[in-house]
Amino acid sequence: MDMKRDYYEDIELIGSGVVLFWSAAFLIFLFTLPFYTPSYYIYLLNIILVHVILAVGLNILVGYTGQISLGHAGFFAIGAYGTVFLMTHFQVPFIFALPLAAFIAAFFGFILGLPALRLEGPYLAIATLGFGLAIMHVIGTWDIFGGRMGLHAPPLDLGIPKMGFGWVLESDVSMYYLILVIATIMIVSAINLMKTRIGRAFVAIRDSDIAAEVMGVNLTIYKTLAFAISAFYAGIAGGLFAFVCGFFDPFTFNMILSIVFLVMVVVGGLGSILGAIMGATLITYLQYDLLKNVSEAPYVGDFLVAVSKKWFTVIGLENFGSIALGLIMIGIIIFEPLGMYGVWIRIKKYWMTWPF
Amino acid sequence: MIGQLIVEGLAIGACYGLMAIGVVIIYKTSEVVNFAQGEMAMFSTFIAYHILLHYHFPFWQAFLITMVFAILLGVFIEFAFLRPAKEPTALGLIVITLGAEMLLMGLAGWKWGAEQKAFKIPMSFSVTHEPIKGVIISDWAIGVFVIAAILMALLYLFFKYTRLGVAMKATQQNKNAAKIMGVRVERMFSLAWGLSSLMGAIAAMFFASRATLDPNFMMEPFLRAFAAAVLGGLMSIPGVLIGGGLLGLIENFFGYVWPEWKPIVAFLVIVLVLCVRPSGLFAKHYIKKV
Repeated sequence: MDMKRDYYEDIELIGSGVVLFWSAAFLIFLFTLPFYTPSYYIYLLNIILVHVILAVGLNILVGYTGQISLGHAGFFAIGAYGTVFLMTHFQVPFIFALPLAAFIAAFFGFILGLPALRLEGPYLAIATLGFGLAIMHVIGTWDIFGGRMGLHAPPLDLGIPKMGFGWVLESDVSMYYLILVIATIMIVSAINLMKTRIGRAFVAIRDSDIAAEVMGVNLTIYKTLAFAISAFYAGIAGGLFAFVCGFFDPFTFNMILSIVFLVMVVVGGLGSILGAIMGATLITYLQYDLLKNVSEAPYVGDFLVAVSKKWFTVIGLENFGSIALGLIMIGIIIFEPLGMYGVWIRIKKYWMTWPF
Repeated sequence: MIGQLIVEGLAIGACYGLMAIGVVIIYKTSEVVNFAQGEMAMFSTFIAYHILLHYHFPFWQAFLITMVFAILLGVFIEFAFLRPAKEPTALGLIVITLGAEMLLMGLAGWKWGAEQKAFKIPMSFSVTHEPIKGVIISDWAIGVFVIAAILMALLYLFFKYTRLGVAMKATQQNKNAAKIMGVRVERMFSLAWGLSSLMGAIAAMFFASRATLDPNFMMEPFLRAFAAAVLGGLMSIPGVLIGGGLLGLIENFFGYVWPEWKPIVAFLVIVLVLCVRPSGLFAKHYIKKV
């Protein structure tokens, strides 16, 4: 199964007709989804898609290039603040403001990539973490970014208002389609990127940076490039997130958010784009839906409330989400280090070789 | 004024140093960067708070119970979460400790709620002395200095003269050789976690009495402590204490000049130092073999 016989087969964007068929079917399913889902879930879907974009980008850095980042909430924030700031202060239309903000994020990613050339492991973790905190602090201190009071996103106008034609997206559903199109483009380009010279250089750096350098991979270029690309994805995701939420303040982008992003990638499966998508979907669903009102959850809700009354506090039950996330993180590393992608591979292998 | 800044900076730096020693003990022994350090300490402090509030024990009794609890907590986390992981990568280990952090933070929030509480230790922050003119030193700072000195001396004696300490040092230097010599390496890992949890709990009590007690209160101090550990090189215990002191001084002086940028100066310093010396100030940089 999945045997590659020559180079050209390896670099094909779509591996087989089966993959193409199911991808197309899934896309069509996603495009028709708003017709039969309640409107609250559209908001949830928007958040999920935004996080999928970010997780795919983070996976390029963590899963493919092997660099750790605990500061991705910083890039996310740059995307969100950058887009809104460009739109409100410079009247840049959304279609230009979003990529522009993402390029600003990518530039900061490049800057952060420079110390990463000399650091690894815990040292890199603390440097990226410091970066995330610094961004949060800067946008919280400078009044031009709304300070601690936060910012409201302007109306999302896809046209160019100055030239007379506006196309304002008002409902969650129309925003869903916009984000879906962008997410599809971003995911396909990520898959494509991993099949190119650049993607292979990233993987080589992950497996052994010294060996990669000996083989002619320019570490300076490719490590900073990995940070920049990853930050670009985070910037796009942040810009969209600003409009999905409508309102955000600096504390939206705290360190816990960076950890949650990392959890998405690790839970989904490192070094796999499908894994990043699955991880982002699962974790976002858990965070925004299932664990938000855990006392009303089926089966376990009443039990948890009873436990809270006896030994804990009922008001503190909202922290249950944090406990569950922590247990998921620990459990996935102990029992399934490849994440959900590993589970998927095992299921696939089982059925492909069935009944053996 | 400068003397005042130095004293305060050194006191808070010694606190960072105590936390950072915990990070270093674990990192040296098992090469795990423990991101749950701060939350382990936070949880222990909450235990002390709970004992004081509900059972009205005298402080020193509560302190001793908390210390025992802290050691057990550290041992438990190592035993339950890190030991079962089969051949984890460096990133996997970081994720496990981050998971433990979220878990402990959630548990503390569930049990004690998110509102801020006052935590008092006998060494008050408001009782001050003025030994030299212009230099005001609080009981709290004196307490930090004394406790830090005692702990350093105890750690030195522990690693130098006890069988357990020597076994731990052997584990740090070469795991396989230590195993051959009859040291149970896994137990040394557990012990390192217990010891580091203990150091963290002591430091956290000082932090809590300086500010307030809530499930998030150790996040910032832990990050600073971690920064101090990185500054000191993550390898030598005296180096880390110096790193903590340096960080406290830099932060205090910088905070005096530009107060609004005080929270991030620590990290800017770290990034700058790491760019020049990638393994911290006091550690030898080893080039990795392929």
